[in-house]
Amino acid sequence: MSTSLRNRSAALAAAAAGLLVGGIALAFYYAPEDADQGFSQKIFYIHVPIALTAYACFGVGAWKALRLLWTRERRYDLESYTAIHMGVIFGLLTLVTGSIWAKVSWGHWWTWGERQLVLFLILFLFYSSYFMLRYSTDPGPRRERNSAVYALFGVVLIPVSFLAVRIAGTILHPTIFTHEGADLPGSMLLAVTVCLAGMLALVATLYRVELAGKRIDARLRELRELLT
Amino acid sequence: MSDYAADVAALARKDLLLELRSRDTLPAMLLFVVSALTVFHFALPAGSSARAETGLLWIAIVFTALLGLTRAFAAEREHGALDGLVLAPSDRSAIWLGKTIGVTAFLVLAELVALPAFALFFHSLSWELVAAVALADVGIAAIGTVLAAMAAASRARELLLPLMFLPLVIPVVIGGVGASVAVNPGSFLAFLALYDAVFVILCWASFEYVVTE
Repeated sequence: MSTSLRNRSAALAAAAAGLLVGGIALAFYYAPEDADQGFSQKIFYIHVPIALTAYACFGVGAWKALRLLWTRERRYDLESYTAIHMGVIFGLLTLVTGSIWAKVSWGHWWTWGERQLVLFLILFLFYSSYFMLRYSTDPGPRRERNSAVYALFGVVLIPVSFLAVRIAGTILHPTIFTHEGADLPGSMLLAVTVCLAGMLALVATLYRVELAGKRIDARLRELRELLT
Repeated sequence: MSDYAADVAALARKDLLLELRSRDTLPAMLLFVVSALTVFHFALPAGSSARAETGLLWIAIVFTALLGLTRAFAAEREHGALDGLVLAPSDRSAIWLGKTIGVTAFLVLAELVALPAFALFFHSLSWELVAAVALADVGIAAIGTVLAAMAAASRARELLLPLMFLPLVIPVVIGGVGASVAVNPGSFLAFLALYDAVFVILCWASFEYVVTE
C-alpha cells in the first residue's frame, strides 16, 4: 500500500470514528427519548444505519459485478467479492441488533412479523451461499463470472423479497409492527443521518483494508504458483 | 429470430428425447413427490388444517424441482457436451431457453401426478392453486437452470445447488402459498407473474456469462 493510499485510509478511519462518536452522542444526548419505547429505542440509531450500510454494500457488490461482466476487467472480481463480504458482516450485525431490539420491545428474540428482520434473514442465507459458490469453484474467469451473475441475482432479489415479505404479512399478520413512523422529528433524523454517515465511512475503511489484504493474498498465490 | 426459435426447439427436443430414451430423471421426480406427500401425511398431526397441507404441497413441489435440477446438466457434464453446445454457432441464451423448457416440461409432468395425488390424499384443489403452481414452474425452472449450470462448474455440485436455490425461491413459496390460502389470491398471482418476468429476463441475459470459458 503506498503512502498516499495509507493516508487516505487513515483519514477515512478517523472520519468514521469521529462521525460514529458524534452520531452516538447526538443519539443519546440531543435526540429526544421516544414516547412509546423510551430508552430502548436508542438502538434504532445503530440498527438502521447498519441495515442501510448492508444494502449499500450489496449494491456496490452488484455494481462491480456488472462492471466485471461488461468490461471483463479482472480487478472488479475482488472488489465485488469484498463489498459482498462487508455486506454479509453488516447483514449479520443487522440481524443481531434487530434481534436485541425485538427482545427488548416485544420480549422475543425473533419475530416473523418484523419484515426487515425476515428480509435480512433471506438475504443473509442468500449471500452466505455466495461464499460457498466461490470456495467450491476453481479460481479463474469461470468463477469470476459465476460469482458476478450470482451477485446480480442478489440485487434483484432484494426488492423482490422485500415485496414478498410485505405481501406475506397480509396472509397471517394483518397488523404490522413499525418502529419508524414516516415523520421522524428533526433531531432524531439528524442523529440517525450522522450515524449513517459514520457507518458508511467505517465500511469504506474496512472495504479498503480488506481489499488490499485480498489483493496481496491473490498476488502471493500467483507468485507461489510461479515458484512451484 | 426464426433461427433462434429453431435452435431453442432443437435443444429442448434433445433434452426431452434424452429423457425419453434413458428415463433418468422424471421417474425419480414422480416417485419422490408421491413419497414426500406420503411422508407429509404422517408429519401432520391429525386435525391439521387444510392451510398446513397446502403449505406442505409447496415444499414438495420445490424439493421435487430441486431433484430434477440436480440432474439438469448431468448429461452435458458426463460427456463434456456443454463445451460443444457453447461452441455451436447459436446464441448462448438459446441453450438456457431450451434447457428451461425441458426442465419446465419435467416439472409440469411431475405435477400432473402430484396435484391429483394431493387432491386424493388431502383435500380438493382450487383453481388459484393450479394457476400459482403453473406460474411458479416458470420461475423455478428459469432460475434453477442458471444455478444448476453454476453448480455444475463447481466442485460441490449437488451440495451447492440447494443452498443457492432455496433462498431465491422463498418469494415463490410466499406467492404460491399466499395464492393458495389467502382471501385475495389475485395479488399473489400477480406477484408470481412479476417474479417470473424479472428473473426470466435476468436469467436470459446472464446465462451467456455462466457457460462461456
